[in-house]
Amino acid sequence: MLQNDGTAPIAASFAGALLRPNEPVPQDITSHHGAGLIERYNVYRNNVTVSLINAVASIYPAVQRITGEDFFRAMARFYIRAHPPRSPLLFAYGREFPDFIEAYEYASSMPWLADVARIERAWLDAYHAADAAHLAPDMLSEIAPEGLGALRFRPHPATRILRSAYPAVTIFSMNHNGGEVSAVEDRPEDALVTRRDDEVMVTHLDSGAADFLQALIAGETLGTAAALGLEANPNLDLSRLIAVALDAGAFSSLDMETSHD
Amino acid sequence: MSNSMGMQNNLADRADAVRFPHYAVAGQAGTSFKPEHLPAILAASDRCGFFEVHAENYMGAGGPPHRALERIRQDYPVSIHGVCMSLGGPQPLDPDHLQRFKALVDRYEPAMISEHLAWSTHDDIFYNDLLPLPYNEATLTHVCDHVDQMQSVIGRRIFLENPSTYVAFTDTTMAEVDFIREIARRTGCGLLLDVNNVFVSAANHGFSALDYLKDFPLESVEQIHLAGHAEQEDGAGEKLLIDSHDRPVADAVWQLYEIVLSRRGPVPTLIEWDSELPDWPVLRAEARAAQAILDRHSDTGGLRDAAE
Ligand SMILES: [Fe+2]
Repeated sequence: MLQNDGTAPIAASFAGALLRPNEPVPQDITSHHGAGLIERYNVYRNNVTVSLINAVASIYPAVQRITGEDFFRAMARFYIRAHPPRSPLLFAYGREFPDFIEAYEYASSMPWLADVARIERAWLDAYHAADAAHLAPDMLSEIAPEGLGALRFRPHPATRILRSAYPAVTIFSMNHNGGEVSAVEDRPEDALVTRRDDEVMVTHLDSGAADFLQALIAGETLGTAAALGLEANPNLDLSRLIAVALDAGAFSSLDMETSHD
Repeated sequence: MSNSMGMQNNLADRADAVRFPHYAVAGQAGTSFKPEHLPAILAASDRCGFFEVHAENYMGAGGPPHRALERIRQDYPVSIHGVCMSLGGPQPLDPDHLQRFKALVDRYEPAMISEHLAWSTHDDIFYNDLLPLPYNEATLTHVCDHVDQMQSVIGRRIFLENPSTYVAFTDTTMAEVDFIREIARRTGCGLLLDVNNVFVSAANHGFSALDYLKDFPLESVEQIHLAGHAEQEDGAGEKLLIDSHDRPVADAVWQLYEIVLSRRGPVPTLIEWDSELPDWPVLRAEARAAQAILDRHSDTGGLRDAAE
């Protein structure tokens, strides 16, 4: 969608080499002394490359802490060239980074790293999500017990569930905000990501809890969600789990329009 | 609320239109607003003149960035500085981005709104840098179209900022000052004169900053930026200055600033500092230095409030 006034090729040739360090510099640039064009154009290349790597680093600080800065910046450099941003909103950038890590040969010894990145991406999405009220934890006590099974919940816009075949939640927690690092038991882990009082929270969930909460978030009734949770883990403590989720601000309201099923 | 272009916001349609107080910015010095400084700003006993934010950092749906900006806007006038509109590119402006910008302006009622004479998006790739353009009749036409479009969508007058550049173009047929003067004349936009950018570009392109300022349409200048720059060399061994915003304002830039104020009067002035961020007192001291110069020129020329 370029205006046909002859200026488009200038932007095209200038843009085309910014993320391609081995391409010649654009033909239509010059300088007052007619020299130094490579170094001058490289100021732009450097600004673009460094600022985009910095953007990835600011979205994925725990991944960077785990890999170390040099490893991270090398990986991010490949990433920004393969997946440059398609929007000026850089806090929304880097969505393909977890998949990129999964396929990145040098990271194959850390199979859990992509899931740590997925938790970080969800953390930032929760941080910027729309503002909404939180369902008060004592709301449920006002509902007659026979009505509970048909209740539906509206999730808060920040609420997300992440599931990992690896101990990604523990590894994330240890590396987020520069926490203590210790040995980690190899097991699958799930997380509930929420935002309450402008604080993003990552809550490690018991087995089966994610099945239950995912169903509630998807708009299933409490009864249906409970059955799914108990099927995944017969020992799931549902009332404690509901209290934890409400406390974390996972839901914004109850849907009082009752079910049709 | 109205402005010099006669565009009106429909206050009746907006229940939240008067949530924030009006503050004058005439003759004031301000700084970039960084959320990490918020506690120190609120705890300080003295006031800063105003704060400037990068528009795109506040285009998320909700959350802590909006709490911080609401808090600062309660006590201060703000300037919304767009860095991604790509006014200088050949492509049509992104309608979604225009609407996001408008929503931000409606929500926070900034005292000043600015964007750059530069581009940052080509095709659908966002390069996150202020990229340069050749100055000629064709580029002048589409920059003016873009400024017109942005002003009419957001319903406010914008201030267009002169760039720092590192290369020139063989297709350039106009001087930068003539190009900028013509944009202001055709679109009615104000100008944001970044004195550090003048100093950086003058060094990089071998012209005199004083000559540039002599030719610059100072009567359209509604805001000034001051910032620090870094120094390196191009491959020909010539000095190449980089607009880095990571250190104090250079002495030579302060001197140019004095010269501008002596001719234009005390225009609202911002200390830009975006990386290697210092503690608040350091940034505050830079703004205080600018305020002292503004105060010395308080009876120079017509004192004007850009928000009126
Ligand atoms: Fe500036």
